[in-house]
Amino acid sequence: MTRSLGVRAAALSLLIFVLFIAGWYLATRGGPGVATVDPAYAKLVGAAAAGGGKSAMPGPDVVAATLAKHLADPFFDRGPNDKGVGIQLLYSIGRVFLGFGLAMLVAIPLGFVIGLSPLMSKALDPFIQVLKPISPLAWMPLALYTIKDSAASSIFVIFVCSLWPMLLNTAFGVATVRREWLNVARTLECKPLRKAFRVVLPAAAPTILTGMRISIGIAWLVIVAAEMLVGGTGIGYFVWNEWNNLSIANVVVAILLIGLIGMALDQGLAFAQRKVSWVE
Amino acid sequence: MSAHPLVRVDGLMKRFGTAAPVFADVHFRIEEGEFVCLIGHSGCGKTTILNVLAGLDEASDGTVLFADRELDGPSLDRAVIFQGHALLPWLDVESNVAFAVRSRWPRWSAQQVLGHVAHQLDVVGLRHAAKKKPSALSGGMRQRVGIARALAIQPRMLLMDEPFSALDALTRGTLQDEVARLCAETSQTVFMITHDVDEALLLADRIFLMTNGPDARIAEIVVNTIPGPRRRQDVHHHPAYPALRNHLLDFLIERSRGFDAGATNYDPKNPPEIRLVA
Ligand SMILES: Nc1ncnc2c1ncn2[C@@H]1O[C@H](COP(=O)(O)OP(=O)(O)OP(=O)(O)O)[C@@H](O)[C@H]1O
Ligand SMILES: [Mg+2]
Repeated sequence: MTRSLGVRAAALSLLIFVLFIAGWYLATRGGPGVATVDPAYAKLVGAAAAGGGKSAMPGPDVVAATLAKHLADPFFDRGPNDKGVGIQLLYSIGRVFLGFGLAMLVAIPLGFVIGLSPLMSKALDPFIQVLKPISPLAWMPLALYTIKDSAASSIFVIFVCSLWPMLLNTAFGVATVRREWLNVARTLECKPLRKAFRVVLPAAAPTILTGMRISIGIAWLVIVAAEMLVGGTGIGYFVWNEWNNLSIANVVVAILLIGLIGMALDQGLAFAQRKVSWVE
Repeated sequence: MSAHPLVRVDGLMKRFGTAAPVFADVHFRIEEGEFVCLIGHSGCGKTTILNVLAGLDEASDGTVLFADRELDGPSLDRAVIFQGHALLPWLDVESNVAFAVRSRWPRWSAQQVLGHVAHQLDVVGLRHAAKKKPSALSGGMRQRVGIARALAIQPRMLLMDEPFSALDALTRGTLQDEVARLCAETSQTVFMITHDVDEALLLADRIFLMTNGPDARIAEIVVNTIPGPRRRQDVHHHPAYPALRNHLLDFLIERSRGFDAGATNYDPKNPPEIRLVA
């Protein structure tokens, strides 16, 4: 029965979570017995961690407290190196949306053209094949050099990495629209735009959404790395900055939030995908 | 035969690549209001001929005149009922039919469109399923929607490619009756492909018999001497029925093979017209 399966899965998830937290707690609790840290490492992680007989890795209680502190006041702004985690996340999300949106504006129309025209498909194929495997971060120096603005450069990098999955999926979805449906449109003397929006687009929409889902996932992976690279603002910069401050609890909180936001972005598109999908 | 038939096909030939033509030297006429069936073995080019009439495919040679004008691509004048129903799966039944209605009358208001759609769904008895997606319908219901969509645009001619071949016998029978009734009521001109001899005798006024491919021809044209209106429950009791049925079956089993297009008594422009009476 599916219902009881769901209930049992939820119970098991909870158990795994509790065990994980407990394990984490026990491993980081420290105490006199485990206080013998490597002196060089102790020096590195700071006197507080080494001297207090505590492991440098924060326990779940510390992380939870840090998280609560952040959530209580997520949007404070006290200068360039001291902004709330909420503000940093908004910066990152904003960049992802901008880069992703621009990529959509290019990839979906271009994907239509490639999908509808075998000539364009063959002509553009070599370019796509070469450009696609390039790590988006490899574009960063070029972007910084030409755009001369770090925020715009990260948006450009997001644009580049979001482009390919959407482009290829749109082209594939459009090229594989059933011939019968196109024939229906032809026998009804549909104008090209009406055919594109009423027949080809809905037929290809699930495939296009698959491409968008892959793209947003990659974009969210890449923005953290990009912001670590260019600095300034954003959750990637926050993580790097807290690492430099040796505030591991903040790093862990940021990792958790990155995961949650990534999941939300994916689920949002999954919802949209369910809305446009159809069964034959 | 009138001087101005609705459809006039002359010297039609189709070849794919450099192979032997699928069919050649095909000539026929279809009068306004006539129901014509095309029978032939698999692969002889029936679908290709229908697609040429629909404007979806081009012949390699020959001319097709529709209402005295050379055919130029697909048109709302000729509605097609596809073998695989070809409904748009993301639209519900009502929207599928409405899509066709809006194509035909782009200036109609939403209310006019929906009114017309509701009427068409009534005609095929599907009003209750208006809000259902095609995936939630049975094969017979889907084919009905296809029929409603085709009839909704009030075409001058209906083209059907084995519309009932994927259905079970019971559903097929009911739909044959409905199509017979609808087409007779409106004197709809129909060109239909079928494999089923009984279906042809129930529906068609004339039956075109095609030889086996490649290089297929229309070997003969059988006039259905059973007068209309024909109904499924009694058509097979008509005295002419056994002779007609045997003639069609004999053709499919024997004469469709090894047909000699060069025989002196065969004129492709005027294939022999067979009139059998009891
Ligand atoms: N696009 C194509 N390219 C090459 N050959 C084709 C193509 N379309 C059809 N043919 C060939 O043309 C011939 C006639 O095809 P068609 O579909 O018209 O047959 P049919 O009489 O409708 O058969 P069936 O009863 O099985 O539907 C077949 O031998 C087929 O292989
Ligand atoms: Mg066929």
